[in-house]
Amino acid sequence: MAGAAVLLAIALFCLAGPFLTPSAYDKVYPDYVRMPPLLWPHPTETEAREALAHIASRMRAQVAEAWLDGDQLKATLHADRPIDARGLAYFERSDAFGAANILERRDDGRMLDIAAPVRRLWLPAGADGNGRDLLTRMMIAGRISLIVGVLGCAVALVIGVTYGAVAGYAGGRIDMAMMRLVDVLYALPFMFFVILLMVMFGRHFVLIFVAIGAVEWLDMARIVRGQTLSLKRREFVVAAEAMGVRPAAILIRHIAPNLVGVVAAYLALLTPRVILLESFLSFLGLGVQEPLTSLGVLVAEGARNIEDAPWLLIFPAALLTSMLYALNFLGDGLRDALDPRER
Amino acid sequence: MIVQRIAWSIPTLLVVVTLAFFLMRAAPGGPFDLERPLDPAVMENLHRIYRLDEPLWRQYLAYLSALAHGDLGPSYYWRDFTVNELFAKALPISAKLGATALALALVVGVAAGAFAAARAKSAADTAVTAAASLGVTLPTFVVAPLLQLVFGVWLKMLPVGGYGDGATRNLVLPVIVLAAPQVAAVARLTRNAMIEALASPASRTLRAYGLPRRVVLAHAFRAALIPLVSYLGPAAAGIMTGSVVVETIFGIPGVGRYFVEAALNRDYTLAMGAVVLVAVSVIAVNLLADIAYAFIDPRVRLE
Repeated sequence: MAGAAVLLAIALFCLAGPFLTPSAYDKVYPDYVRMPPLLWPHPTETEAREALAHIASRMRAQVAEAWLDGDQLKATLHADRPIDARGLAYFERSDAFGAANILERRDDGRMLDIAAPVRRLWLPAGADGNGRDLLTRMMIAGRISLIVGVLGCAVALVIGVTYGAVAGYAGGRIDMAMMRLVDVLYALPFMFFVILLMVMFGRHFVLIFVAIGAVEWLDMARIVRGQTLSLKRREFVVAAEAMGVRPAAILIRHIAPNLVGVVAAYLALLTPRVILLESFLSFLGLGVQEPLTSLGVLVAEGARNIEDAPWLLIFPAALLTSMLYALNFLGDGLRDALDPRER
Repeated sequence: MIVQRIAWSIPTLLVVVTLAFFLMRAAPGGPFDLERPLDPAVMENLHRIYRLDEPLWRQYLAYLSALAHGDLGPSYYWRDFTVNELFAKALPISAKLGATALALALVVGVAAGAFAAARAKSAADTAVTAAASLGVTLPTFVVAPLLQLVFGVWLKMLPVGGYGDGATRNLVLPVIVLAAPQVAAVARLTRNAMIEALASPASRTLRAYGLPRRVVLAHAFRAALIPLVSYLGPAAAGIMTGSVVVETIFGIPGVGRYFVEAALNRDYTLAMGAVVLVAVSVIAVNLLADIAYAFIDPRVRLE
């Protein structure tokens, strides 16, 4: 059950997390591009000084003196000519400070005492190549993965269970023909088809589910068919048939409820595969599109930045891996518990 | 039975080709769409040369008949090359990579699996099992950049990417990444099969005769190899899928990378060619595995 606990933690992290982090997933902080992870908030003392020096140079002035007073930056700027106070707007535009105001004007405006609030920003996982908070982006990406996992599985579930139950219940020639089709489809290089599908019909969000579901229903169909074949000969089905219940009603009323155990166990194993497939597509740039993100997109971006920003790879990779590992663990456990035949 | 198996692979292939062909053509956008639209006359000429002006069913039949002769057509993007020429360069690279990875997966996987099974429930067994389930879980596209980071950027032992005309240094990481999930799967399979074989009546009899443990293990090992044969097909398919990622990440000019590029460029013939090539390889490996299985395990032939 460790798998379930980890999974619950990840789900909570992804679902509730974005409400607790200070930044939106698509908020860009130009000053913090590729900022390494830091446990305490930005700007640090050095960063504040650098940012101040940068602003001062844009105002054509030098920093004579500067110190941090709690959440306030106090500084004295000086220049050869009177300083244009309109330049103080640069403070507001930077990510480190709020709007600055003038405390005192000395020496015909050549010396300027100013105070500006420091804007604290917490980036515990660092920032990406566009200066966006990686932690929030990972949470959003995790959400996408969870949604894709649920919806992709739902598509596979509907197609697979219907197909398998009908084939198993019909039996005979119909069953033969339907299962032959599954055999043929099995031999297809499906990953290639999904890639074609995504490229050809645009990178629409809904299409991802359809494409993934359309690929992953084969196993489900086989398992359900096998189970239906054995259920069909049980007394309660024979009794229902004898009472003249229509085949569709038997399938829904008598067969489907008895498939739940096997299907649930298999679903738990299918989910990580669906999530993996979506991340793979996104990794290739064919899945979820910017500014929305997915773990595959994040890993791809990390892979492009391994030279100078390895945390962009390590964090998303760790999240994706633990998610998949937990799901697999859970799936194995469920299968052992619900489906003792297939150990 | 073998004849029947071979006969079944033809409709399978036909389904692949048909699906791929119509999927490509149903999509909006064509291979000659540029940022700036071409002159209609030029466009018309291009379409005539590549026979895109004919009705779809005739294009389909023309493609099928060319395919039957082993001709995959001209590439729409690499205008001066045919798909066959492109593959002639790319296929040996992919094949070398894939075959090495498969061999590595079999050797390491079987060794690790047998080792774990011989010491079932020991610490070594637990370690192998845990590593294997991690290996099965870890996606290729996560392992590849992580290894690049560790061995290429931090340790500076191996190049981060590039083919380097097939230098061993350049191939180490791609082969490892490609093989890793298969090593894990093979190890799992071997371990389970061998534990089952060790519990079988045959092994019990050998033990009852008082034969040394070494002999019992050797017998169980041979029995455990049988289910492995039927895993060859999925393993080969997995490696081919993996090569799409590995070749893209490491910048290796193989079929996998051509495929992604071709799909993005709407290079119909090249992408189709890659799909057909992969489908043929997967079907062929599955067929070979089935035949080998029938020879190794006489029980299969009776069915």
